[in-house]
This record gives sequence, structure tokens and C-alpha cells, in this order.
Amino acid sequence: MAVFWQDPITFLRLWLENLLLSWGVPADWALVIRFAVGAVLLVTAALLLVILQLWLERKLIGRIQDRLGPNRVGPWGLLQPIADVLKIFTKEHITPAGADRIPFNLAPVLSVAAALMVWAVIPFSATVFGADLNVGILYLLAVGALGELAIILAGWGSNNKYALLGALRTVAQLISYSVPMTLSALVPVMFSGSLHLSVITRAQEVWFIVLAPVPALIFLTASVAEVGRAPFDLPEAESELVAGYSVEYSGLKFGFFYVAEFLKAFTVSLIFAVLFLGGWRGPGAESYPVLGFVYLMLKSGIVYLLMILFRGTLPRFRIDQVMDLNWKVLTPLALILLMVIALADYFLRGTLPLVRILGLLCINGLAYLVLDRVLSSRERLRRRLVAQPVRPVARPENLITSSDVGGRS
Amino acid sequence: MIPLSWYLILSATLFSIGLFAVLARRHAIAILMGIELMLNAVNINLLAFWHYWSQIKGVPQVSGMVFAAMIFVLAAAETAVALALIISAYRRHHTVVVDEMTLLKG
Amino acid sequence: MSALQWVFLVTALITVSAAVMMVASRRMMHAALWLAVALLGVAVVFVTLEASFFAVVQLLVYIGSILIIIVFAIMLTQRSTEAGPRLNPFAWGAAGVAGVVWAALTYIFIRWLMSGTPLQELGASFDDVVPLGKALVDAEGFAVPFEVASVLLLAALIGAVYIAFERRGEGS
Repeated sequence: MAVFWQDPITFLRLWLENLLLSWGVPADWALVIRFAVGAVLLVTAALLLVILQLWLERKLIGRIQDRLGPNRVGPWGLLQPIADVLKIFTKEHITPAGADRIPFNLAPVLSVAAALMVWAVIPFSATVFGADLNVGILYLLAVGALGELAIILAGWGSNNKYALLGALRTVAQLISYSVPMTLSALVPVMFSGSLHLSVITRAQEVWFIVLAPVPALIFLTASVAEVGRAPFDLPEAESELVAGYSVEYSGLKFGFFYVAEFLKAFTVSLIFAVLFLGGWRGPGAESYPVLGFVYLMLKSGIVYLLMILFRGTLPRFRIDQVMDLNWKVLTPLALILLMVIALADYFLRGTLPLVRILGLLCINGLAYLVLDRVLSSRERLRRRLVAQPVRPVARPENLITSSDVGGRS
Repeated sequence: MIPLSWYLILSATLFSIGLFAVLARRHAIAILMGIELMLNAVNINLLAFWHYWSQIKGVPQVSGMVFAAMIFVLAAAETAVALALIISAYRRHHTVVVDEMTLLKG
Repeated sequence: MSALQWVFLVTALITVSAAVMMVASRRMMHAALWLAVALLGVAVVFVTLEASFFAVVQLLVYIGSILIIIVFAIMLTQRSTEAGPRLNPFAWGAAGVAGVVWAALTYIFIRWLMSGTPLQELGASFDDVVPLGKALVDAEGFAVPFEVASVLLLAALIGAVYIAFERRGEGS
């Protein structure tokens, strides 16, 4: 029997199980009830987390932009999201004329549901997970497809040109970026020899980000694009598409999309933490599973802060740049790295752990250098073609190349 | 424990609905959806037989899984080509209704 | 009845009614959405068969790609879809054929009882995808069908691009 303060969730689970069995509920129905209770609790926790996230993001973005951020409601503006939620509850629901009702109303729900379904397979600690699914990674990728469906439904149901265009654009972006995302997610699968998320976590004596930093970077970029956050926020670029697929939504239905967006952002940081940052692993996490939960939340919190930093500092891509980056940079790089790392790991597996780590690090560094060289030569080519006075422009490529006017200084 | 016949009856029902869609609908994409439904029915059958055959043998059998995987590959390939054909036909004849594509009748 | 049987019955009911609605709906977009429900139902049926890999692949391949390109095609060909009857004159004959097929199959399945064969519960080893992966690349196993399937996919890819490619001086 687990001790409560070591592993409260397992303790409560066993307590509930015994309670149901002592009431004379059949074993398989008890399982159903247990899963239902667990799902409700997990979903509630996730949605409450969003409130905190809203506050954090607005506050930090405010600081980055030299503003104060929310500071009126509650201490440091902490209650601001709750006030916003209350306001959004009272707003009117407007259904546009000619809207296709069922898709229009189904889309926001499906959008949040798709984000929440991911949480079912995340191993939160050594003992706590929803479904210990054998094909966890595939499930993560498959649930993303439901999110795409929700966006198409919203774009179609709204009976609005901008919504439809935004939806098509979004889906094109999501489908494209799931290619490098899948390819780089295969690297942890290769290292651990399993599609099982708990096994992948347990296999990370050395975090996979140390063994494969460049695939981790590709995965992070692709997942930022998957959730449609800045700098990949073209789907809802106010200045281009009004607001994309969510233009016709008002009140609580818009709130659903808003919540789904933040929830997805945290969910992909969670996935990144599980795949590359060792999940719940940390000192003492095996014997005190509570600590594992804390570690996982800290790690994904750090990834999430990184995503806020991206949002606060990078300008938005153009649609052709988005597609360029995906098909000409990320996808080939991910493919090549997958093959090279597979070969290298096959030869290095028998050697000392330190040799393996250093060897893989060298290969990753080499790949990064080659990428940098290719990109900067392309950049030089482009700049020779266009004759114009050089002025400092913030351009997305500057992330990888070194000078602030693009290209090498 | 679900009897095998339940799966087979569900699969037969889906197959018949798909067959009706293929035979009776006029819209090319609706026909394609009917075919998808029939392929799904076949897949239910294959996996049901795989499940029960593995349970009879006592060891998971791999050939049923391979068959099902092949069906997925086929479905993906078939959809891509069929939709390309439909869009190409739409571009030339401005219709996707199969009854109206009567170019060969002269 | 056990919980698993209830899950199966409810799923089967939803799947079949979604399929019927798919055939019956006039607007193609609605038909595609009903198809999505039917495909999800089939995924749940796969889960009851302890084939979680195929359930997930069903979501990934059918909903994630096939359904989405079907929806794209519907949006692209939208102008010609709304007019005219949705069934062709042969519909009664088609209903007859489908009905006869269904009745015959169901009759056979109800008559054909699984009598007396002992079944073993396999538990967790059922779900393992490692044997499938090994069989697909094993020269003794299914390496040739696997390669043929990949060639088929490549051919379909190139063929689809070639067919749908808009040549100059053609079409509108």
C-alpha cells in the first residue's frame, strides 16, 4: 500500500477501487468508473492550469514589450483571467447567417477535446498515467489530426471567406509541419526501442536532448508551428486574415478556441519534456512519485517559458517562408539526421556511455554547421539578386544566421 | 468477451451500406466515401479474424496485422489517385456527377 | 452483459447510423462529417479487438489524411454539388443488391456458431507491435509485400500529382 505523501494519486486510486469493490460494483464497471473519475479530474486540472497560463503569458509579454501587463484585479493582476472568463460567459452567442450549424457548434468543443486527449497518455510520474498505451507516440500524432478536423469544421461552418481561407492555410501548415515533427519524434523512439511513452521516459538515463539536440530543436520548432503560436501564427494573423477560422465566433465559443490554443501550447511543452527532457525523471523520483510530477511540470514550464520568449521576440513569418522553412530546411534535415543518428548509434551503442554521448553530439554539431553553411550561401545568393540599400530589418532567418541584416556579417 | 459473429455482422452491415453508396450515389466523392467504408468493413473483418485466430493459437499471429496494414496503404493510395482524377475531371467538365460524364457516348 | 459488450454495442450502433447518415445526406460536407464519425467508431471497434496500433493508425491515416483531403476535394468542387437528385435512377436496384448481400452475410454469420474452440486470453503481449515491425522487414516474412506497397504508394503519389497538374492551355 502506497503511503499518501509518497504517492497521493496512487493512494487515492487504490482507495477508490477498494471503495467501489466493497459496494459490490463488478470489477470491469469499477474500472470504467475509475477511468471516468480520473478523466474528469485531469481535465479540470488542465483547464485550471490554463487560467494561470493566461496570466503568466500576458504578464511576461507585457514586460517584454515594456508594459506592466495585467495589474488591476487581485495581487499582481492574478485574478485578471478569472475576470476575463466571467466576462466571456456573459457575452452573446452570435450564429452568422448561412452558417452550417452542426459543424459551427461542434468545432470549438472538438478543438479543446483534441488538446485534452493528449493528456490521457502522458506519464506524469513513475506510477501515474491515464492510459499506459503501447503506441503512445503514434497516439499523440493521431490526436493532432482531430485538431485539424476541428479547424476545418470551424472554417467551413462559419460561411465566411476569411474563415475558410484561414482554415485552409492552417490545415496546410499543420499537415506540413507534422512531417518534420514525426521524423524528429522517431529519434527518441529509436534510442529507446519503443513507442511506449513510459518506456521512453525510463530509457532516458541521459536526456535525449543531450544525445540529439538538433532533432530536439526541430521538434520544438515544428511543435510551435503545430500549435500556431507566434512566429507561426499566420492562421490567426489579425492583419492578414482578420482572425482566421475563429473570426465568426463570439462569447464562450471564441473562449473555447482561446483556451484550446493555450492548452495546446502547454501540451506540446509537456510532450517535449517527456520525449527529450527525461519526463518525470530526476533525483528521488522513483521512490517519491510526487517529485516526478513536480519535475515534469517544472521541465514543461521551462519549455513553455521558451515559447513565450519566441512569441515576444520574433516577428511573424510570411506564408511562403513558413513553407520554405518546413520543406527546404526542417524536413530534409530531420530525414538526414534520422538516418545518420541511426547509423551512428548502431556503431556507438556498445562503447562507453561518454563516448556515445560525445559521438552523437559531434554528429549533431556537424549537421548544424552544414545547415548553417547551406542557409547562409542561399542567403548570399538571394541578396545579390535584389539590389537595395541594406537596412536593419528583423527577419526570421536571423535566428540561424549571425548578422542582424540577414546573412553573415 | 464479444462473440466473433458480432464483429462479422457489424462488418457486413457497413459493407452493405458502402456498397449501396457506391452503386446509388451520383456524386463521385460520395462513391469514393462508399469505397472507404467498404475497406473499413474489410479491415474490421481481418482484425477480428486475427484476434480470434491468435487466441486460438495462443500466440499473437502476425499475418493478419500485415494484411490490415496493407489495406491502409491501399486505401491511402487509392484515395489520392481517385481525388486527383475527380479534380481533373471537374476542371475539364465542370461536374463531379458521374452520370453526367458521358463523353464516350458520343 | 459485460462492460466491453456494452461498449461494442453502443459503438456499433453509432457507427452504423453514421454510415447511414453519410449515404443519406444531401450536402457532401455533411456526408464527410458523418464519415468521420463512422471512422472514429471503427477505431473504437479496433480497440475492443485489442489492436491499439491499428486504432491509432486508423485515426492517423483515415481522419488525419484521407478525410482531410476528401474535405479539400469537396471544397474545391463545391459549385457542382448542390443541384440535382442525390441518387441515380438505379437506386432501387442498388438497395436490392446491398440488401441481399447484407441479408445473406448476416444469415450465414448467425447460423455459423463458434462452437467449442478454446480461446486463450493473451493480455498485454497482444498489443506488441515489435513482431509486426520485424515481420515487415524480414526476408522470410513480408519484406516483398512491404516493398511492393511502398512502390505502390510512390506510384500513386507521382500519378496523383501528374493527373491533377494543370497543364497550360487547358481547362478554364
